[in-house]
Amino acid sequence: MKTLKVFGSLVKDAFLEVTHGSKSYHIWMAVLSFIMLFGMYNYSIQLEEGLSATGMTDRVSWGLYISNFTFLVGVAAAAVMLVLPAYVLKNIDFKQAVLIGEGLAVSALLMCLAFVVADMGGPARLWHMIPIIGVFNFPNSMLAWDVIVLNGYLFINITIPLYILIMRYQGKTPNPKIYIPGVFISVFWAVGIHMVTAFLYQGLQARPFWNNALLGPRFLASAFAAGPALIIIVLAIIRKFTAFKVPDNTIKKISMIVTVAAQINLIMLISELFKEFYAPTHHSISAVYLFFGIGDKTALLPWIWTSISLNVFATVALTFHKVRSNLKLLYVLCGMLFVAIWIEKGFGLIVPGFIPGPWGKIAEYTPSLVEISVTLGIWAMGAFIFTVLAKTGIAIELGQLVYKKKK
Amino acid sequence: MSETNKKWYSLNLNQSKKSDSCGCGNNEGSCSEEKPKDGFDQIMDVSMSRRSAFKKITAGLVIGAGAVSTACSVVSGDESKEKSGIEWDEYFKGNYKLMTDEDKNKTVDRLTRSYELRTGKNLSMSSKDAEEDVLFGYAFNISKCQGYMDCVNACVEENNQDRSTEMQYIRIHEMEDGKGFNFEESDDNYYHEVPAENHFYMGTQCFHCDNPPCVEVCPVQATWKEKDGIVVIDYDWCIGCRYCMAACPYDGRRFNWKTPEVPEQEVNKKQHYLGNRLRKKGVMEKCTFCIQRTREGQNPACVEACPTGSRTFGNLLDPKSNIRWILENKKVFRLKEDLGTEPKFWYYMD
Repeated sequence: MKTLKVFGSLVKDAFLEVTHGSKSYHIWMAVLSFIMLFGMYNYSIQLEEGLSATGMTDRVSWGLYISNFTFLVGVAAAAVMLVLPAYVLKNIDFKQAVLIGEGLAVSALLMCLAFVVADMGGPARLWHMIPIIGVFNFPNSMLAWDVIVLNGYLFINITIPLYILIMRYQGKTPNPKIYIPGVFISVFWAVGIHMVTAFLYQGLQARPFWNNALLGPRFLASAFAAGPALIIIVLAIIRKFTAFKVPDNTIKKISMIVTVAAQINLIMLISELFKEFYAPTHHSISAVYLFFGIGDKTALLPWIWTSISLNVFATVALTFHKVRSNLKLLYVLCGMLFVAIWIEKGFGLIVPGFIPGPWGKIAEYTPSLVEISVTLGIWAMGAFIFTVLAKTGIAIELGQLVYKKKK
Repeated sequence: MSETNKKWYSLNLNQSKKSDSCGCGNNEGSCSEEKPKDGFDQIMDVSMSRRSAFKKITAGLVIGAGAVSTACSVVSGDESKEKSGIEWDEYFKGNYKLMTDEDKNKTVDRLTRSYELRTGKNLSMSSKDAEEDVLFGYAFNISKCQGYMDCVNACVEENNQDRSTEMQYIRIHEMEDGKGFNFEESDDNYYHEVPAENHFYMGTQCFHCDNPPCVEVCPVQATWKEKDGIVVIDYDWCIGCRYCMAACPYDGRRFNWKTPEVPEQEVNKKQHYLGNRLRKKGVMEKCTFCIQRTREGQNPACVEACPTGSRTFGNLLDPKSNIRWILENKKVFRLKEDLGTEPKFWYYMD
């Protein structure tokens, strides 16, 4: 009963907190709300017309939605990997990063779920997927696994920070015996959600471009580069706009993680390219299409080469200690890496899986405006949720938001 | 699988898997232990009772609010009340695969009644199950096919496919002589006089694999293999995630990207629940070997329509059937056998 009361008061206080802020904060939230509404409007068009409002066809049946879903699973997984050093290795200066990381994981997961729902032909029938009420094809379908691991992960990542924040809110110290086991589970779970999502593609013998044992590990490596890169950027913004103290040292340590993951990712990329192009087979056509185009079908070329050059440049630059220590440069490099991996793990991975089609047909895919708007709307939703979570979390951490301390 | 039935396998990659994955639509013969093993009945009972609980809980909530308000309204007419009642029951019905015969009849009645309310016309819809000792297979004679595409047209008419997007289950690939089976360079969308000189033709459609990857991946078991080997879809259970489409190595599946349109006078009214009944937007569909015909002992529409006799359909378990004769006497092959999908669709040449 008491906990409920505290929680109620927290929600009330948090509501006050997130509805008050500086002018730039209000503008930021207004812009996000506008984009979200625009996305919702476009989603209503899609609901009305069906998925024909998107650029997807029978030939390329997954597009922008599933691409973003795949990428964001990685962001969600990686954000939590920062938890490990913070709580387990008693590396104090990571703790601020962790709170942000978990907030990021929650927002990324909600975006993932939104992208999946947006991709469904019959969102009203999604209850068929709820275990017990519906019929769940577990353990055969990797998508069924994915539903379980993603929702489980969401649950873990909501409960742990909530517990910590509620304790802090009351001015108590969170009991490590309660949250540390949860932290451990969430770290293993993070690897799990990423591997399961990779298996979703990897397990399809019909699509040689995905049916490749390196897919899962490469997902992990790229995620651990892109996720923490995003955290660095977010921390930099928070440091600038709030009173929240994030020491340089924290950012530099995270940049180390980014660098190593990006290097491993690059090695795997080379390994993949070698396999596809040293002794090309029929199964290399997807890769040929992706990197060089086939005939006049070259839609992905500008994207993938942007991605590769950004990726190589950022990884090489990050490798140098001097460059990495310069925070201004670091932010730019992290941004480059994030965009590079978004392209590569997004439509650079999903679209070529369908090209060529099972009978060799090369049919290209271009997302429609409706699809792009819905995608932007979901990203805005993620940013909105994250801002709300981070603002509340930071206020509690800074001691501005305390139980029974009414302003 | 009994030993004699193995005759038409040429690849044993998935044999061990197959023998214990007696899911639902297994082959004829050895599935006497099916019931105790997977206990679908139990799941059925549980899910049904929970489902009815779910019904009550969600009554009046967002999803069905409109239907409920109409159903309970005193002002609206009996017909619209009945219509909303049907919509409500249809929305909350279970997976066809797990339905009892009684439930199957009920939903068929609802669907035919709903069509009558909408258009004033009657249709006959069957929910006939697979017969014993039947396993359907298909053979295609590459030497005979001239690319007339009569099969494609017959299929579209028989199976009520969307006319507005020209959905077709069958693709006829026009290939150049001397290049072998070169699918990459073949044309599956030609509009010229056939047979074109120096070309040959090859048709593909759903191969009704004995080890179908599409069935494995469906998160809600909306697609499965029937006992007579036909891979079917429950259009009302499909959530439209299109994972099966990504998993199919044969381009066998089609998705309703928009609400399918079939002019009323062209609707084939002889329907089967798992076959050619009208679909809605956002669900998957595909060739069902014309289940509404073949379970009544007829040939699929494509076989009947083919003017060249390149298409043969029949019961693989009947030693006297034409298809068995072809399998035993011709040099048959299947496409992408290395994937271990075991298609029940063979090609041969004279």
